[in-house]
Amino acid sequence: MELSGMLFYLVSFLIMGGIYSVICLALNMQWGFGGLFNAGIAGFYAVGAYSAAIITSANSANHVGGFDLPIVVGLIVAGILSGIVGWAIARICVRLKADYLAMASIGIAEIIRLAVINEEWLTNGSLGVSRIPRPLEDFFTGRESELVFFIFVWIIVAITFWVAHRLYKSPWGRVMRAIRDNEAAAESVGKDVQSFRIQSFVIGAIFMGVAGALSAHYFKFFSPDATEPLLITFLAWVMLIAGGSGNNKGAVAGALIIWAIWSMTEIITQQLPPDWATRSSYIRMLLIGLFLQFVLQRFRAGLFPEKAPKLNVKSHG
Amino acid sequence: MMDFINFYLIPGITLGSIYALGAVGVSMIFGILRFAHFAHGDLMTVGAYFALSAVWLLGIPALAAIPIAMALTCLVALFADRAFYKPLRQLPTIYTVIASFGVALIFRSVIQLLWGTESQVYSVGFQKPIVLFDSLRIATRHIQIIAATAVITVALNWFLHHTQMGKTMRAVSDDPALASVAGLDPEKTIRWTWIIGAGLAAIAGVFVGLDTDVHTMMGWNLLLPMFAAALLGGIGKPLGAIAGGLIIGIAEEICTYPILGESLISPSYKSAVAFVIMLLILIFRPRGLFKGRLL
Amino acid sequence: MSNKILDVQNLTAGYGKQAIIENINTNVSDQQIVVIVGPNGAGKSTLLKSVFGLNNRMDGDITFHGQSIFTAKTSELVPMGISAVPQSHNVFPTLTVEENLDVGTFAAPPQDKKATKSKILDLFPDLKDKLGQQAGELSGGQRQMVAVGRALMSEPKLILLDEPTAGLSPAYLEVIFDLLLQVRDSGVAILMVEQNAKQALRIADYAYVLVNGKNAYEGTGAKLLQDDEVRKSFLGGGAPQ
Repeated sequence: MELSGMLFYLVSFLIMGGIYSVICLALNMQWGFGGLFNAGIAGFYAVGAYSAAIITSANSANHVGGFDLPIVVGLIVAGILSGIVGWAIARICVRLKADYLAMASIGIAEIIRLAVINEEWLTNGSLGVSRIPRPLEDFFTGRESELVFFIFVWIIVAITFWVAHRLYKSPWGRVMRAIRDNEAAAESVGKDVQSFRIQSFVIGAIFMGVAGALSAHYFKFFSPDATEPLLITFLAWVMLIAGGSGNNKGAVAGALIIWAIWSMTEIITQQLPPDWATRSSYIRMLLIGLFLQFVLQRFRAGLFPEKAPKLNVKSHG
Repeated sequence: MMDFINFYLIPGITLGSIYALGAVGVSMIFGILRFAHFAHGDLMTVGAYFALSAVWLLGIPALAAIPIAMALTCLVALFADRAFYKPLRQLPTIYTVIASFGVALIFRSVIQLLWGTESQVYSVGFQKPIVLFDSLRIATRHIQIIAATAVITVALNWFLHHTQMGKTMRAVSDDPALASVAGLDPEKTIRWTWIIGAGLAAIAGVFVGLDTDVHTMMGWNLLLPMFAAALLGGIGKPLGAIAGGLIIGIAEEICTYPILGESLISPSYKSAVAFVIMLLILIFRPRGLFKGRLL
Repeated sequence: MSNKILDVQNLTAGYGKQAIIENINTNVSDQQIVVIVGPNGAGKSTLLKSVFGLNNRMDGDITFHGQSIFTAKTSELVPMGISAVPQSHNVFPTLTVEENLDVGTFAAPPQDKKATKSKILDLFPDLKDKLGQQAGELSGGQRQMVAVGRALMSEPKLILLDEPTAGLSPAYLEVIFDLLLQVRDSGVAILMVEQNAKQALRIADYAYVLVNGKNAYEGTGAKLLQDDEVRKSFLGGGAPQ
């Protein structure tokens, strides 16, 4: 099977786009449904990536494991560990205003980053974990393995989408979305709603971990550099808001479109003269920062606006 | 014992002073504008780089560049409020939090574009520490930072309790609805909040540069301890935030002090101290040590 | 009682697009205590809030000293001579009593701040030895005094009170009503909403009964206290005292 260069580029674009779609759907479970602001996506992503890397890579003298276990086991463990971290943080913050969770989630991402860099026995420090397998590697190599991985990623996207959709349709999901934008109502909600919010945060965290695991398998190598908070956390936020928070289709569309724009700016800035090329990544960051402001002010509902269930919640007596 | 004071306590107070100056702004903005300002660390960086340019262009020492840095940083903060935060004022404040997340990125990338990403210092050369009582050694810059923070604390206390704007800010922080019933002008109060918050952030940024060096991630890296300090002191309690900053700075240094031959935690986990304190506060005392607001 | 200072004409107002009160007419004249009573949910607080610009005024007009304030914002009303005291959360809890009073002068500085303050403290002597205390630490009745004191600091011609006796013990109720009479006699008109209708009508120069967002009855306090219909429906029956 021979793939043309263009098609090959499309496949690798859709792989990263798929991984971001998983993150975006996960973020939508937390923010779009529950109004929970997670500023530490990169942390959950890193937990998932390292869990998968350590569990599935071949035995190494540089870090604990690898255990050479099947990729599915790696994905499950990645999700579970990331979910546990999410549960701990949500338990503490869910009863408080969203800002507190935002602050705490920044903290959790920072601690995870520190641990990843410093605990060399576990993660091989800044040198990273290598020899991470891809699915069905024994049967397909090169570009074919890329194609297999593309299918693998989009199966996971479909599963994530299905879970998000179920959450969205559940009775609690309706209540959550109805009260999300009403702080007075959100503050007065009872314990049941709190436990649902914890639940949606944890499920979101699980899939963020799974997305991390996918990227570890894709790159076959994972080091602390790959958990740059900016690329993960920030892009995911821009994607979700531009796509339409609260809407799962919007989350996927936002992920693909913003990832396309982000990738294209890279191609364009590569054409710049050399002394500008070094600065190109800062120009891209500046543009994406300004783009977020534009979306927040003019385009808040996103590409696919949410059809929110109308619940008559009064904020005054 | 002297080792402890010279190498842990004094650097801890210095670090704490820097956190304190940043945390005042975080606490006031949270109290009055009602949102966690994620760009506050990068506002510090902005101040540090303005001072760097003043040092380069005018050939003045960094301390003399502080007023220039404060003025320019205030303008930047007022501009950011006008352009990015004010349009979202009527929405749930979490949208402003998201916007500030983006503003942090905008600040940082503009700095990286204009000044580059290499670490810079205000002045090269080694400052001989001052020796007191034979064994107490204090670096001049530490004395400067600690003394300036003490003066600022006194001045801030005076401002908050004895000026009309200070009382207005405390009133708005206490109860914004009642403040508007009393006819207080919210936009003017917000302007002053930014002026004070950004001015102190600029000072803190210059102090970081004096103590270590100036680089584009310096402010973002301080965001977590500043948030923790503001929560520890109680939201809307600027003086509490100063106490919170000092406690966290000192705690971070002390945790790395080898008490029984081995330090409590490895120095590379210093910033985990702030996080642990933040979590403990959120679990046990969400109003902070000094009965701040729970928003 | 001829000098009409506040005139609410055919006012419709509410929250968002939902009207809570419709076609309401209310007048307050110089140095009058005007009381609004009525069952829960009748729109009493809504009326007070719309006079003060705290909700959505939809139709009709409101004039103060002949000038329309229908579109005036809250911050413009204080300098014009209207102050308001909300029902709850009406003091700044971490500010001292004295600072709470000071805040009252920021939007509309009185001629002589010291003289105004000592006049107010003469009205509320209880507060004199509590000036340095945080307002949040005071008892409910004392907090109410601080709140009214703050509203008076800008030397208003009219103050709006939303249930000034809510949550107070019956003993304190008398104290507060007695103080309100003194406030009136010092030259300030009062428009207030009260749950304790019977007692409130006793000090009222004029009163309105609101039902379902509409004017139902009106008259002098004494007249309404005598009115059989009003007594039966809103004052818990019984003979007039």
